[in-house]
Amino acid sequence: MKDTEIAVIGGGPAGLMAALAAAEMGARVTIIDRNSRLGGQLVKQTHKFFGSEKEYASVRGIDIGRLLSDEVLKNPRIETMLDSTVIGYYPDDGVLGVEFEGKTFVKIKPKKVVVATGASEKFLPFENNDLPGIYGAGAVQTLMNEHGVVPGENVLMVGAGNIGLIVSYQLMQAKVNVKAIIDAAPCIGGYWVHASKVARLGVPIMTSYTIKAAYPNEATGTLERAVIWQLDDRWQPIPGTEKVLKVDVICISVGLSPLTEILWQAGCEMKYVPQLGGHVAVRNENMETTVPGIYVAGDVAGVEEASSAMIEGRLAGLNAAKSLGYDDGTYSEKRLEAIKRLQNLRSGPVGEKIRQGLAQLVSSGGDYNA
Amino acid sequence: MRITEHPILTFKRGREVEFTFNGKKMKGYEGEPIAAALHDNGVRVLSYSKHLHRPRGFYCAIGNCSSCLMTVNGEPNVRVCTEKLREGMVVETQKGRGDIK
Amino acid sequence: MLKTCGIPTEEELASRIPPKDRRKKGPVVMIECFQKIPCNPCFTACKRGAIQKFEDINDLPSIDFDKCNGCGLCISKCPGLAIFVIDETYSEDEATVSLPFEFLPLPREGEEVDLLDRSGKKVGRGRVLKVRNGKYEDRTPVITVTVPKGLSMVVRNIRVGGDLR
Ligand SMILES: Cc1cc2nc3c(=O)[nH]c(=O)nc-3n(C[C@H](O)[C@H](O)[C@H](O)COP(=O)(O)OP(=O)(O)OC[C@H]3O[C@@H](n4cnc5c(N)ncnc54)[C@H](O)[C@@H]3O)c2cc1C
Ligand code: SF4
Ligand code: SF4
Ligand code: FES
Repeated sequence: MKDTEIAVIGGGPAGLMAALAAAEMGARVTIIDRNSRLGGQLVKQTHKFFGSEKEYASVRGIDIGRLLSDEVLKNPRIETMLDSTVIGYYPDDGVLGVEFEGKTFVKIKPKKVVVATGASEKFLPFENNDLPGIYGAGAVQTLMNEHGVVPGENVLMVGAGNIGLIVSYQLMQAKVNVKAIIDAAPCIGGYWVHASKVARLGVPIMTSYTIKAAYPNEATGTLERAVIWQLDDRWQPIPGTEKVLKVDVICISVGLSPLTEILWQAGCEMKYVPQLGGHVAVRNENMETTVPGIYVAGDVAGVEEASSAMIEGRLAGLNAAKSLGYDDGTYSEKRLEAIKRLQNLRSGPVGEKIRQGLAQLVSSGGDYNA
Repeated sequence: MRITEHPILTFKRGREVEFTFNGKKMKGYEGEPIAAALHDNGVRVLSYSKHLHRPRGFYCAIGNCSSCLMTVNGEPNVRVCTEKLREGMVVETQKGRGDIK
Repeated sequence: MLKTCGIPTEEELASRIPPKDRRKKGPVVMIECFQKIPCNPCFTACKRGAIQKFEDINDLPSIDFDKCNGCGLCISKCPGLAIFVIDETYSEDEATVSLPFEFLPLPREGEEVDLLDRSGKKVGRGRVLKVRNGKYEDRTPVITVTVPKGLSMVVRNIRVGGDLR
């Protein structure tokens, strides 16, 4: 059995910031991530980020990931466990079960836990959606930007949210042809500046289109063709509008859902909030769930952005440390600053969905652990 | 196919190693996921589904979805999207659940 | 239309085009940012105060065209790649457009390239005058290219070395 004051599960932007904030207050932290490196989603995001200077605007995701990881790795109060997957939380004795390199099993007993596990990609039902060649957009990004292997030659991107648009742009940067980006919604869900970036490359963005079926090459069994069709204003497919696209890759980018297993196991009260991507933990303004001592931050707390994930992480880290009695006198000020920055980021029209989602979640309990 | 030049990224690759896929010799880089090496060698079908034996490729590439289970060095149900490639590995497709040898 | 295909209509563009008399005086910025998103590095990048301070980080950039000297230092800092500098005074029959270009191969100075519009369609040929690709640009090279005079509001991308698609 291993002891630590604060266990942070997940080393993405949320987890890294949580660890740094808690260590800054004086706590001892252990970050656990199943990957061989820190950074979470950031390590494959080759584009420059939005936000303000404080959220590293204009810096590429990969570089933000590197910056934060370096800071974490040289911080004497933070211990990092890589290739380590948290596979269980035992609420009775507050122990985390961790599998190292898929082989050895370690138990950790932390005083507080910050869950920052991120999210996983949603799937889309259509005929033959399991053919080899049909991948999650994030998977394509991992293959391409982390491992330097292109997914194929011609791609159909399904989903015109930020991820679909950005991954399309990155595919074109890797000289992979994106034949079209389709979205069932009548409007582009991602930022228009991202949409204009890919439009300018000659990639058509087709709204009110969905995928009907995919077909394999008889000999290889892998994807060869996709059939798309148009939707009317009641989202019903219009027969006769079918188009056939010769593609060897279909990238699915229809949203993410929070990776909440640990929170369920811990007995946190969960709520289905579609605006936040699915089931998320009910929590207070300090990012603490209904189980005292368990905090959430980042996409697992509601699918949003790296910028907000970082601030949520900071908030969770500050509060976890404070609850252990660590406060160098700056806690209140730093907490308020983080809350204010979050509000600013979410105050615009593109933050509306998140605001609606959070209204259902955060107000329902108040500060029940206070 | 490997990306050789990229406007943003440079790739640090490990040592080149040999491995086999269903008995066939292939090359990849040490430490990269087995799935990346297979993909580069044109292998897209990694497994077959349990019931209908439909071919499957990877889907999530981060160890979440289990669509990439293969037998590696005789051990079944290895997620090759995250398992690292090593010199001389023996990688095989498995049908269905994968029997323990 | 922006919200259905990512390409602005003329009406949508109208509000972003620098005034005509300012364009007659030399290079000037054109910011094609139409949606309120939480982002403000264009403001941070402009050292001449031409991009006004954001009251709210979700604001659209608001530009004082008389303070802008067309230096182009904001181009590579915009994560949306939405900033261009247009010089309609370059020569009798040519204007120049400076644009961000994150693709390989990069053009060489003096090279002829295809000029593309906002939908990626070829609209002519131009000559690359300048490639800025230093530490400051951080892998978002800024290319200045000549365009036929009437196309200064049309050309927003280039293609180097023929059609890849
Ligand atoms: C293509 C794409 C483009 C994006 N562009 C932008 C952008 O321009 N600006 C922006 O602000 N945001 C952007 N985002 C969103 C941003 O990347 C995410 O919101 C952010 O990464 C969420 O951070 P996180 O720390 O919550 O999760 P993640 O970054 O996903 O990190 C979670 C970590 O937890 C680990 N983990 C999960 N489960 C376990 C477990 N059981 N045990 C151990 N470790 C575990 C994972 O391996 C991972 O490293 C983009 C996302 C994508 C996919
Ligand atoms: S071109 Fe130069 S002066 Fe004009 S807005 Fe951009 S940074 Fe400011
Ligand atoms: S930096 Fe670019 S995307 Fe961000 S507000 Fe300014 S112009 Fe818009
Ligand atoms: S592809 Fe999903 S687990 Fe390997």
